[in-house]
Amino acid sequence: MKLFKRSEFVIAAILLLAMVVIGLINPAFWQLDNIFSLLRSNVIIGIMALGVLIVMISGGIDVSFPAFAVAAMYLTVKGMIYFGYDGVIVPFIAATIMGMLFGCLNAFFVYKFRMIPLIVTLGTGSMVRGFLLGIVGTSMININKMPDALIDFAKTEVISMDKADGTHFGLTAMVLIYVGLAILVHLVLRYTMIGRSVFALGGDEEAAKRVGFDVRKTIFFIYCFAGMLAGFGGLLHSGMIWLANPRDFVGLELDVIAAVVLGGASIFGGRGSVLGTMLGVFMLVMVKNSLIIMKVETTWQRVVVGIVIVIATAMTAWRDRKRNA
Amino acid sequence: MSEAFIELRHIGKQFLGLRALDDVSLTINKGEIHCLAGENGSGKSTLIKIISGVYQPTEGEIIIEGEKVENLSPIESVNRAIQVIYQDFSLFGNLTVAENLALNTELRAKTKIVSWGRVKKLAREALDRLGVDIDLDAEVESLPTSSKQLVAIARALMSDAKLIIMDEPTTALTGKEVETLFRIVRDIQSRGIAILFVSHKMREMLEISERLTVIRNGVKVAEGSTSDFDEAAVIRHMTGLDIEIEPFRKEKPGPDVMPRLDVQGLTLPGDYENINLQLYPGEIVGLSGLLGSGRTELALSLFGMLTPASGSVKVDGKAIALDSVQDAIAEGIAYVPEDRLSEGLFMTQSIKRNIIATSLDNLAKGGIIDIPRVDRVADETIASMQIATPSAEKMVGELSGGNAQRVVLGRWLLTDAKVLILNGPTVGVDVGSKAEIHRKIRELVEHHGLAVLMISDDVLEVAQNCSRVILMHRGRFVDELEGDAISEDVISEQLKSFT
Repeated sequence: MKLFKRSEFVIAAILLLAMVVIGLINPAFWQLDNIFSLLRSNVIIGIMALGVLIVMISGGIDVSFPAFAVAAMYLTVKGMIYFGYDGVIVPFIAATIMGMLFGCLNAFFVYKFRMIPLIVTLGTGSMVRGFLLGIVGTSMININKMPDALIDFAKTEVISMDKADGTHFGLTAMVLIYVGLAILVHLVLRYTMIGRSVFALGGDEEAAKRVGFDVRKTIFFIYCFAGMLAGFGGLLHSGMIWLANPRDFVGLELDVIAAVVLGGASIFGGRGSVLGTMLGVFMLVMVKNSLIIMKVETTWQRVVVGIVIVIATAMTAWRDRKRNA
Repeated sequence: MSEAFIELRHIGKQFLGLRALDDVSLTINKGEIHCLAGENGSGKSTLIKIISGVYQPTEGEIIIEGEKVENLSPIESVNRAIQVIYQDFSLFGNLTVAENLALNTELRAKTKIVSWGRVKKLAREALDRLGVDIDLDAEVESLPTSSKQLVAIARALMSDAKLIIMDEPTTALTGKEVETLFRIVRDIQSRGIAILFVSHKMREMLEISERLTVIRNGVKVAEGSTSDFDEAAVIRHMTGLDIEIEPFRKEKPGPDVMPRLDVQGLTLPGDYENINLQLYPGEIVGLSGLLGSGRTELALSLFGMLTPASGSVKVDGKAIALDSVQDAIAEGIAYVPEDRLSEGLFMTQSIKRNIIATSLDNLAKGGIIDIPRVDRVADETIASMQIATPSAEKMVGELSGGNAQRVVLGRWLLTDAKVLILNGPTVGVDVGSKAEIHRKIRELVEHHGLAVLMISDDVLEVAQNCSRVILMHRGRFVDELEGDAISEDVISEQLKSFT
């Protein structure tokens, strides 16, 4: 009976119910090409959500990752064009390292000055975005200039199909990268001491110190890892949309945090899982996708995301309070 | 004379010119239960921190198992087999029992990869060693306090400790749980492990320990075999005062006296049933019962926070409706909550603001607060309640427990309260302040004609200060003691029979 008590089970049940309801309203929902496109939309939000999950388990919050992602992405693409580099692996490593360095900045302020993560990440995010637009530039890099290697890489498909009318559709292989990263994060959180230290820190920082955890190491790990995921996800995003826009990802933090909270992570820290987060991401993407299909204006989509955050946070907060009572 | 495990010789500790400890010597023998007694601020926590290596003493030396130890660090202290069980247990509520138990060992072994099989095995061994059975997969948060403590003890035992320091271990435990704890402490002792029991609860210290050290204001004032001390002697040493406590006795008034509070047939299914209660002016009535007996719910109902299903409440003969806290305050009912820190006070606000918080209506004209009057009222209250503070602007969070409690009491006096409900009035307050709060309550009752309902787990407190004692069990009043029938032993026995 333990299964039914787990929050992942509850989330999965809600998700299924929502899928049935959406399917009834709009039968096209269940068509394979729609499901494939949904999964594709999961990739970037999902990768970022994995980073935010780690931060939230530790009791913090991160709103700087969209800025880090956009900076890593734009700088890397610019660099590739400048050097005329036509590969995939080195750029991804570069973007990931850039994300990590930005993450270190967060960790430094959070650890050294004991600052509230929300304020730190608001500040660093704003700084990085500002520097990027002010120094590096504001012009978009379009398909005509985008490195082909990135675009070709992101075009890779695992399943390719043709519709009855002859149009092609498929499932992007980027989903595999997302799933691979998710498994990695799960293994790190569950089976390594550094992963457990994230949970310990989120449970009780004082106790974590007394038991002998190196809190500094843990905080640096958390924010650097989140930064790495952001940098990596940022570059992947530009490959997938054939565009490097230095003003991209504005407002993404809200979607991602909403997804993580929907996935059962506690805003008080100490609780959260990769599986739950993946389900939360899927739910959020699906709801937004359905709104688009139903031709709801983008303005109203923001309202829905806001409502999702408030309700999901209220529910997890209520759950955690009850547990503590 | 048995062999010493640790000797502290002439320890002194200064903090920025402030003397926390002065020439304190303490010897703990192998396998003995030693009590360290002292009031809050006496220096006992400083002493614990010196033994556990958190602080370095400014003077004196530390000898562990015959070897002089320089610069005792926290890690060195653990390596020398000293373990501290903090008051808050330092457990991770969000992790399972198994992981909490295994973490220390895993960290010490510098493990990188977690094997959940090994975690469980370690945890199972730890619990077996203590001879207790707790679900290894349960999250610590979901456990009752007594089980959390057992987990903390089991964790301390895992490292082959030779000295376990327990900081106020009985604070959150019920009578029965304390007995279990003592059984376990004696069991640990029988394995040759010394225990330093830090407390300010007289009875418990005298019951459990073999030797006793009392410190006051950073100086050791007494030590010796526990059998040479009695409660009065320990209190005298701890406070430096002779606190003579006369039991509070008052005849229940005749039928012609109007009760201040008259409760008839009050019922809230699931919490309490058919409660009849009269409180007369000048009375202190004790209400005791186990946690979950319905006493707190009853108190909350009388204060308008929990609406009863049926029954009537009269104040000075006038029937009142208790639908909200505002109603209760308007009718002269005041409530000092169990956890005054979270329920009763605004910790980050000044004493003044806290005092006037419930009387703002009286202190305002047309919605605007009369500031000179507020200042006057606040100063008067601070003087009459003898709150030790340089200024009314000091944050309540910086006051000691006893002083904070006086702020709450003072606040209610301003509302012209007729009935005062005190829920655990001296929880977490040390002996000296406790006695003063009790004196204050008696004064209020005598001079202001208040009727007090004192809900408390502290049997001694109830026995000494109440002229009537009501025992509550499973939502009903089951017995009432009066006058000389009230004694600590009788109440304790009764409470133990409620299970």
